[in-house]
Amino acid sequence: MKKHILPAFKLTLFSILLLAIIYPFVVWSMARLAPNNGKGKVLTYNGVKHYTNIGQSFTDDKYFWSRPSAVDYNAAGSGGSNKGPSNDEYLATVHTRIDNFLIHNPGVKKSDIPVDLITASGSGLDPNFSIQAAKVQVERIAKIRNLEANKLFHLIEQNIEKPLWGIFGPEKINVLKLNIELDKMSQ
Amino acid sequence: MNTEILGIIVMFGFTLLLAIPLGKYISKVYVGDKTILDFIFNPLERFIFKVSGINAKHEMTWKEHIAALLTINLLWFLMSMAILMHMEYLPLNPDGNPNMSADLAFNTSISFLVNCNLQHYSGETGISYLGQVWLMFLQFVTAGIGIASATVIFKAFREKTTTQLGNFYNYFLKSCTRILLPISLLIAAVLLLEGTPMTFEGKDKIVSQEGTEVEVSRGPVAAFVPIKHVGTNGGGFFGANSAHPLENPSYLTNMTEMFAQFIIPMAMIFAFGFFIRKKKFAWMMFSVMTIGFLLLSVPTILMEMNGNPAITQMGIDNSLGAMEGKEIRFGAAASGFWSIVTTVISTGSINSMHDSAMPLSGLTQMIAMMTNAFYGGVGAGVLNFFVFIILAVFISGLMVGRTPEFMGKKIEAREMKIAMIIALTHPLLILVSTALATSFPQYGASTLNNPSFHGFSEILYEYTSSAANNGSGFEGLGDNTAWWNITTGFVLLLGRFLPIIGPIAIAGLLAQKKFIPEGEGTLRTDTSTFGLMVFAVIAIIAALAFFPALALGPIAEYFSMK
Repeated sequence: MKKHILPAFKLTLFSILLLAIIYPFVVWSMARLAPNNGKGKVLTYNGVKHYTNIGQSFTDDKYFWSRPSAVDYNAAGSGGSNKGPSNDEYLATVHTRIDNFLIHNPGVKKSDIPVDLITASGSGLDPNFSIQAAKVQVERIAKIRNLEANKLFHLIEQNIEKPLWGIFGPEKINVLKLNIELDKMSQ
Repeated sequence: MNTEILGIIVMFGFTLLLAIPLGKYISKVYVGDKTILDFIFNPLERFIFKVSGINAKHEMTWKEHIAALLTINLLWFLMSMAILMHMEYLPLNPDGNPNMSADLAFNTSISFLVNCNLQHYSGETGISYLGQVWLMFLQFVTAGIGIASATVIFKAFREKTTTQLGNFYNYFLKSCTRILLPISLLIAAVLLLEGTPMTFEGKDKIVSQEGTEVEVSRGPVAAFVPIKHVGTNGGGFFGANSAHPLENPSYLTNMTEMFAQFIIPMAMIFAFGFFIRKKKFAWMMFSVMTIGFLLLSVPTILMEMNGNPAITQMGIDNSLGAMEGKEIRFGAAASGFWSIVTTVISTGSINSMHDSAMPLSGLTQMIAMMTNAFYGGVGAGVLNFFVFIILAVFISGLMVGRTPEFMGKKIEAREMKIAMIIALTHPLLILVSTALATSFPQYGASTLNNPSFHGFSEILYEYTSSAANNGSGFEGLGDNTAWWNITTGFVLLLGRFLPIIGPIAIAGLLAQKKFIPEGEGTLRTDTSTFGLMVFAVIAIIAALAFFPALALGPIAEYFSMK
């Protein structure tokens, strides 16, 4: 073993130079060509900066609610609830979320509530929800904002992000973008 | 066809399509044939070997290989402990994250050293950027060690009779420079364009549209994530791993990261075939592994897409599937698929929370790690599978009443003993440590996030993941305690080095033996009959050994929900 120590040590130093210094530097240089110089995609509205990919908490009735989150959408951390599917306490929480949704959205049928609105995402920062999750909230928002429901449905249609190249993966909506468009519309 | 299903089929097909040419390339790299990247890497590697005082042409015996491997790993372990316990005093710590405690640093160092990346800390709060870059370094080199070890085995079966099995440092460095580095750079380019950050600035404060103030963690993510997958390491930059929208921002990056973790394990099988000039044998291996993989992944995808029956009963629209712990941009199908890919090939990165998966999905995820031989980690997969082949050869030999032979070498008592020890170590480690943690509720049960059967599954999963060097977890487990850090640390060590040393020893011993040319009575190892035999051995040894434990966890939970 002894005769291997010195060569192993020197080999380690040069591997560090190549893999832990040169490689990240090359990626960092490539990032100069990426959106926002590799500091994360942002969008600015009314002079306020938002991260497009980081979901935000929307619980106000005048906005489209985002999904529940185990970290309250504070991206200083991340994580899911890690509740098992048979956990009674967890199932009770889901029940409460359904009831709460029905109280704030009278007239909505229970069978129209999509599952993503009552379950927490894996990261706690999910920027998206499903099309149905937007549609089921239209009636409430139309009433509060004094807007025609049709206009809102149209807004939703415009904000649908199609599957990748039209063929791979699910359809979705970016909640932050949708809500900013909603604010613009109400002005 | 459903766009979610189509996405999965294309991911799988695309990987397979590229795995064959990559396998050919990998084989060429280790044989020493000309490849297109020679003009950069020949001079670079010559320079590194020269200044390190290594003669890359010196051929080693199997014992020298093991000595070199253990020495360099010990060195990395000491360096790692030093860095992780002193991050406060070192540069690149904009968020002011604290030093790791001794037991946490022990666990983290070992876990990254053994290519497992079980993480008992959260990336956002538990480690500095310098620490992250160091862990990224370990992700490169430990993958290099895995590939180098597999190559020693390749070499042992290429020659007729030899004790000279190539140079360890040569295999190791070439794995890093010629395989891991170029692929990682390509993956990084895709991630950057899709919005994965690459910055050394700390957390950003923003005000949300509703007016609450939140912070956003960033970092050199786009350099870290590619090697995390290409090297089948799986340690996340952020706590939520590849479920985090900065680590895996879109369906395209999801496909890319999936491809990145899948490609080398698959290519290594074909590389084996090209290297020993027995392509048909590689196809036998590939078929057995693929059948095992499909048997686990298809039901998992279906169960996740069907959703949680307890939530369906509440009368809501459950058509999206089991969305607890899952991200909308991937959907239930791609999340279920990923959960099996990451467990069969020992990556352990996640794009959904396995703790919240359906009970029988938890079962398939655990079986994937318990067998640990369907594709498997870079290099490690071939090593594990090799042990099962030796066992299958021996059993078949007994059945037809002949001396068992593999690739023209007699398999005798010594090789069989090693193979048996390695095959039985895996269940022994998992079951004994699970039993221990279960019998001390103050250490085990008190850290659980879920009651009842699912709670037991959390313990079982943690040790299975450690022994298989996988690194994913039922993350509800409060695992940053001295008990978990230390016990999993030892399971990790044994789960990594025994399955490397054992197969290298067997291959080294076999390589020295006299070559017996194939004759009438030789048991052919490249046929579907033999493939079936290997599959049966895996099923019996790996899967059935765990059945009683699985019955107490996921199976009991499944029936309790009916």
